[in-house]
Amino acid sequence: MTAALNPETTRPELSGDTGPSRGFFKTRYGSTRLRVGVATTWLSVIVLLPLAAIVWQSAGGGWSAFWQAITTNGALESFRVTLTVSVVVAVVNLFFGLIVAWVLTRDDFPGKRYVDAIIDLPFALPTIVASLVMLALYGPNSPIGISLQQTIWGIGVALAFVTLPFVVRSVQPVLLELDREVEEAAASLGADNLTIFRLVILPALLPSLLSGAGLAFSRAIGEYGSVVLIGGAVPGETEVSSQYIRQLIEFDDRTGAAAVSIVLLLISFILLFILRTIGSRAAKREELAA
Amino acid sequence: MNLSPATRYLLRFLALGYLLLLLVVPVGLILWRTFAPGVGAFFESITTPAAVSALQLSLLVVAIVVPLNVVFGVPTALVLARNRFRGKSMLQAVIDLPFAVSPVVVGVALILLWGSAGVFGFVENDFGLKIIFGFPGIVLASIFVTIPYVIREVEPVLHELGTDQEEAASTLGSSTWQTFWRITLPSIKWGLMYGVVLTVARTLGEYGAVIMVSSNLPGISQTLTLLVSDRHNRGAEYGAYAISTLLMAVAVVVLIAQVILDARREKTDK
Repeated sequence: MTAALNPETTRPELSGDTGPSRGFFKTRYGSTRLRVGVATTWLSVIVLLPLAAIVWQSAGGGWSAFWQAITTNGALESFRVTLTVSVVVAVVNLFFGLIVAWVLTRDDFPGKRYVDAIIDLPFALPTIVASLVMLALYGPNSPIGISLQQTIWGIGVALAFVTLPFVVRSVQPVLLELDREVEEAAASLGADNLTIFRLVILPALLPSLLSGAGLAFSRAIGEYGSVVLIGGAVPGETEVSSQYIRQLIEFDDRTGAAAVSIVLLLISFILLFILRTIGSRAAKREELAA
Repeated sequence: MNLSPATRYLLRFLALGYLLLLLVVPVGLILWRTFAPGVGAFFESITTPAAVSALQLSLLVVAIVVPLNVVFGVPTALVLARNRFRGKSMLQAVIDLPFAVSPVVVGVALILLWGSAGVFGFVENDFGLKIIFGFPGIVLASIFVTIPYVIREVEPVLHELGTDQEEAASTLGSSTWQTFWRITLPSIKWGLMYGVVLTVARTLGEYGAVIMVSSNLPGISQTLTLLVSDRHNRGAEYGAYAISTLLMAVAVVVLIAQVILDARREKTDK
């Protein structure tokens, strides 16, 4: 796992081995070991120990208790709702994200700069505000008369909002760098637009498209703040796993909360691991081609 | 690839329509509903005692989280950019971990570690320091979710910078601290500032992790985001809109900072 997660293998410039400077920094900036130790301790106390406590808690009851906790009706229903909505949202944003990125790089119209600037708004906005924003237009007081509160659609709209920038921002730079000459060559050889898109553009965009959609999915399965007001936590219909975990904590079922948390963490980690592998493969292919 | 005008307009229509329905209209609607009763009503709503104490609490959390992230983040970025050591790839992975963890899971993790029945429950039980459902819990949750920002904004700048100037300074007899203050810090200034801006925004805006570990008492442990949901749940819709607008202003500052920083980066690239 560490080998694939190691950015040095994919980005040689990260290795930090800049020749003579190594000795320089060892003597000038105090010992590396001390600084690494401080950084490691800090990250351990803040990040690793709490996560280890989750593992500790769920391991306390043994495998059977863990399995029981993640296969209760409530847990399974929450997984079903969470994963279904997240997949749909990732696919919808894959489609529209590609179109938005395309329009932002290949099209030109007045005010394009401003459109480009507001794409990041969902990242900058607090999740609870996102929830309220969605509720204003798609809630009971909706001026357009569409109330999605306490429906799966409401959750979908909220998640689409918070994950909107992922695909756009991962595809946009690749689209900008894309070699237009290859497209022109294909066109001069008689390929129509659809063929060019399918055989020339899409293969080049695929790694970034998948990575954007994967990040969106990973964000969606953990979301809490943006769905809490519009979702309503109806078990089996709109209760996502994060809401289920919160409920377990309120009922003081700590082992159950820990077990469901571990499932969410594992899905996220495995997905991000796969994305890194795809990313590093794409980078290697690029290096070979260059 | 040259699209026909019809396809081009269709794509433009789809892209802008999606952004309009998902982003522009809902955000605009909140702003309109906030300011429709007048600016006075808005100010009245964000200056109630509960709102003021929530703002103070949020700012206090920021005042603790930002210095800690800078003090520990900059040296971590330096060591990652300038040194090779065993377990470096592990450290890199751990730094990105908070991005992959659900806010609610962050809360669960902190409760299971620091809560009175948790692994480190002795801190509360024996020393009387209430962490979960107290102020330290909010701070710990905020640091957890913001730990990557400063490191991830500073590290690439250090890589680009290289070590030539620092070596030259040291050859000319400057001490470690002089080199850091006069050479390294001015060079990473913009990356560091953007990292701080992101940290501030995320700290003010964090909801899921904070609500898990906070007792949510007005005036004591209710931050701005908790106040938004509290007002909404009590049916005080206008009050929730007003605080949301206040938080949106922070988000807009982040976007502006991003635009400025991108412009500066382009300038230095040219």
